[in-house]
Amino acid sequence: MTAYIVRRVIAAIFLLIAVTMITFGIFFLVPRLAGETSTQLAAQYVGRDPSPEALAAVEKNLGFDQPIYQQWWEFAHGIVAGRTFRYGPDASVCHVPCFGYSFKSHLPVWPEIVSRLPVTISLAAGAAVIWVVTGVAIGVLSALKRGSVFDRLSMGLALAGVSLPIFFTALLSLALFSYKWPIFPNLQYVPLTQDPLLWAKNLVLPWVTLAFLYSALYARLTRAGMLETMSEDYIRTARAKGLPERQVVVRHGLRAALTPIITIFGLDLGLLLGGAVLTETAFSLPGVGQYAVEAITDNDLPQILAVTTLAAFFIVAANLVVDVLYVAVDPRVRYK
Amino acid sequence: MKRPHLRTGTGTVTAGEGPPDSAFLSVRDLRIHFDTDDGLVRAVDGLTFRLDRGRALGIVGESGSGKSVTSLGIMGLHRSGRARVTGEVWLDGEELVNADPERVRQLRGRKMAMIFQDPLTAMHPFYSIGRQITEAYRVHHPDVHRKQAHERAVEMLARVGIPQPDKRVDDYPHQFSGGMRQRAMIAMALVNDPDLLIADEPTTALDVTVQAQILDLIRDLQRETGSAVVIITHDLGVVAEIADDILVMYAGRCMEHGPAEQVFSRPQHPYTWGLLASMPRINRERQDRLLPIEGNPPSLIRVPPGCPFHPRCRYALLTDGRSNTEVPPLVPVDADDPDHTVACHLTPEDRQRIFSEDVAPGL
Amino acid sequence: MTTETVPAPGTAPVDGEALLQVDALVKHFPIRQGLLQRQIGAVRAVDGVAFTVRAGETLGVVGESGCGKTTTGRLLVRLLEPTAGSIRFEGRDITHLSTGAMRPLRRDIQMIFQDPYSSLNPRHTVGTIVGAPFRLQGVKTEHGVKKAVQELLELCGLSPEHYNRYPHEFSGGQRQRIGIARALALRPKLIVADEPVSALDVSIQAQVVNLLDDLQGELGLTYVIIAHDLSVVRHVSDRVAVMYLGKVVELGGRDSLYHAPLHPYTVALMSAVPVPDPKRKQQRERILLTGDVPSPVNPPPACRFHTRCWKAQEICRQVEPPLRELRSGHLVACHFPENEPSPG
Repeated sequence: MTAYIVRRVIAAIFLLIAVTMITFGIFFLVPRLAGETSTQLAAQYVGRDPSPEALAAVEKNLGFDQPIYQQWWEFAHGIVAGRTFRYGPDASVCHVPCFGYSFKSHLPVWPEIVSRLPVTISLAAGAAVIWVVTGVAIGVLSALKRGSVFDRLSMGLALAGVSLPIFFTALLSLALFSYKWPIFPNLQYVPLTQDPLLWAKNLVLPWVTLAFLYSALYARLTRAGMLETMSEDYIRTARAKGLPERQVVVRHGLRAALTPIITIFGLDLGLLLGGAVLTETAFSLPGVGQYAVEAITDNDLPQILAVTTLAAFFIVAANLVVDVLYVAVDPRVRYK
Repeated sequence: MKRPHLRTGTGTVTAGEGPPDSAFLSVRDLRIHFDTDDGLVRAVDGLTFRLDRGRALGIVGESGSGKSVTSLGIMGLHRSGRARVTGEVWLDGEELVNADPERVRQLRGRKMAMIFQDPLTAMHPFYSIGRQITEAYRVHHPDVHRKQAHERAVEMLARVGIPQPDKRVDDYPHQFSGGMRQRAMIAMALVNDPDLLIADEPTTALDVTVQAQILDLIRDLQRETGSAVVIITHDLGVVAEIADDILVMYAGRCMEHGPAEQVFSRPQHPYTWGLLASMPRINRERQDRLLPIEGNPPSLIRVPPGCPFHPRCRYALLTDGRSNTEVPPLVPVDADDPDHTVACHLTPEDRQRIFSEDVAPGL
Repeated sequence: MTTETVPAPGTAPVDGEALLQVDALVKHFPIRQGLLQRQIGAVRAVDGVAFTVRAGETLGVVGESGCGKTTTGRLLVRLLEPTAGSIRFEGRDITHLSTGAMRPLRRDIQMIFQDPYSSLNPRHTVGTIVGAPFRLQGVKTEHGVKKAVQELLELCGLSPEHYNRYPHEFSGGQRQRIGIARALALRPKLIVADEPVSALDVSIQAQVVNLLDDLQGELGLTYVIIAHDLSVVRHVSDRVAVMYLGKVVELGGRDSLYHAPLHPYTVALMSAVPVPDPKRKQQRERILLTGDVPSPVNPPPACRFHTRCWKAQEICRQVEPPLRELRSGHLVACHFPENEPSPG
């Protein structure tokens, strides 16, 4: 078991290294392959009509004059050991984990992300609670009452939830509940530590909007899983033992049906922690996802790299947690 | 735990209608039909039999004969939405088909228990063997402490011959071998000392040497407890090994029913003949061709009218066309032998002649 | 079919040419574990198996689950790569032939599978399934593939009109016939059948057994039939090999083996088979083996059966008994065989 975890962690580290390399490659190598010089690259990050000297200084400051592997190495080194940037005689120390300074705003990237993380976590965690509870409950009931009015209705709704794009449902809910009937007016992120009630109230709409999509997905998954497990032989055995139907469903059916859902839940949560781009944008939540959008529109490499690495980290970590959890849930994996 | 051969009435018999006879288990005109998109599946169509305590009944049939559906019907395990169950099932003076489902649930696992064909899929993969046995015990003994139930599980595992039961009790089903799993399954079924044990193909998934062990175990436990056993199988060898009575099913109906020795030594129904002649035997000296039953078993949606076996029967022509139109009733073979019944239009004389001239030499 | 004396494996056959010769065949499946996925052991599925199959005969291979009979079958048709040993087909070493080099041989060696439900592609018509070997091997037929397929269907007791139907429209027995028709398409010399009837009902089983029998007579086929059912094996085989934990423990002519089995395991196996005759229940002497087959990962040393054998002595734990010929054509690997012929 320990060997397994160690092996997985090592694999995860290599994966993260590969992700940064590929991101680096996309933003540095591809333009060069397309014929752009490093000076032209640097020109994106200075004002209009810069003097050749200013341009050269920027090029040197941003490290564009160095070979790409060295640039990547310095970036990676900065994350684990910190980095010192020199601007002529001045030097600024960027502490661990150093993701460098934004090309545009010249602010350090990491503290900015740290300040935005609570927003994204609040959004993702709250929505996750809602979608797991509602999705699984609806899925189980649908499976047990297969073919009933409830089943058809909820599966119809679930189909809508899966197919409606989130920016549509987000804008619709804003239009209805924030403007037409201002139940949730002046949506603005308030930190949990500052005012827990207002924090929750202002997050209700984003939570519900995000959870709608995922509940629909989870309801469908749970329903399919329950239909499958409830026709298993061991369910018949449980009934033959004389267990009350509720115990048969919960202890024997749901327990088995939930196992694959844990996997998907871990991955979904990991994905969202890397930034719920659409929801954050639609509700103007200052989270990591919004930061990612800014980074991409500005072509701000340190920001992009930081956001990608963070997202990759969450996904890889979630994967690891899920696999370890799976071992705990399914004894067949444990004793292989 | 051994009970005398007495009726232990539970007092819940519906007023006015008593049990039909003194039999411990009595199934009367049981019909189990399923509504499907293709039509009505008549899985069991008018089955009647009885079974006393201390005896073992073997229900034999091929796939689709309705034998497993019957066992689930007795246990009340057909979900009400899809299956239509009619007729009567009397267990120790209590009628089950029309009884309150909650009452049937209380009897399930306590008074009547069941073991299944494939113990790997029939046990929950996520719970330990011990936990699954304890669960079966505690659902019917709610006031029993967890620890006591655990001891009971260990005791049961020891009784079915699992070595080191105090250690193996915490193992999971996949850590057991096939034979051990079936033993554990039997331990689970017997944990509440049921009076009726239904075994649905209990040895089909096992190797011969293990099969012999399991059959011995079931027989020993039955002798010890004096319970009634229904064993469902496609293997005539298995029933010969364990059953006192045999019921041959085809297309949801009983073709022949009687004491095992009678059915094997003087089989009466052409379908029984066919089954006996078509199986290769380890002790058969003559190694000429097997005599298969031609054709395939019928669809249970379109069961042939009259005798359901007539399209495959080589002797159907001897019945003046009655087998194509009239359902043959289940009647005693002869007066000396009222327990041996058969559903066939052939006259007793014809059957006697065909069997001794045509069938017996090939067996 | 002949039941004369059978030569020891490896030696020249007296009657009927040796079609397939298997010698010291081994298949180990590695078990890996740990950080570096080092091999920590192996499932010794087949561990030194030798036998000869002569043209026109049927060799039955019996044993309990885990004895290596299915792996042996898959090695014979080269669906698995042998770990060691040799397989010779018509005198030619095919042990390590590449997939490409095996392709022409696939016309001569065919396999029939156990499960008639999963071994046929549900999206292909019967015509496509049975005709596939012609297309794969690029074989030209006189009146076209369709005609050839329809003839095959008829040969196997199906109707030529079934050509355009799909597998799900057939019963288990009919599907097994389709599988047999496919195997016969290119007129193979050798057919390896892995549990060909065990998924079928008794009455249907007999139909398929008879079909295999008829086809052997008509087409001069050679069969290796692998089964767990000793009654079926007795019915179909000329010679029988009994396997236990990856080894052949007894090999002999059908009648010799079933009348007077030599290996205690064979004796126990045969005594455990239930017989449809309640009267024999009392008379019959049954040897009840205790426990299960040990794990092929860590098989008992020397004689692998000694842990369950009632005759086991110290020598059985120390020295592996060789497969030796005790009766003419009847070999056994046991220090203390049953029914031993009196010397002289």
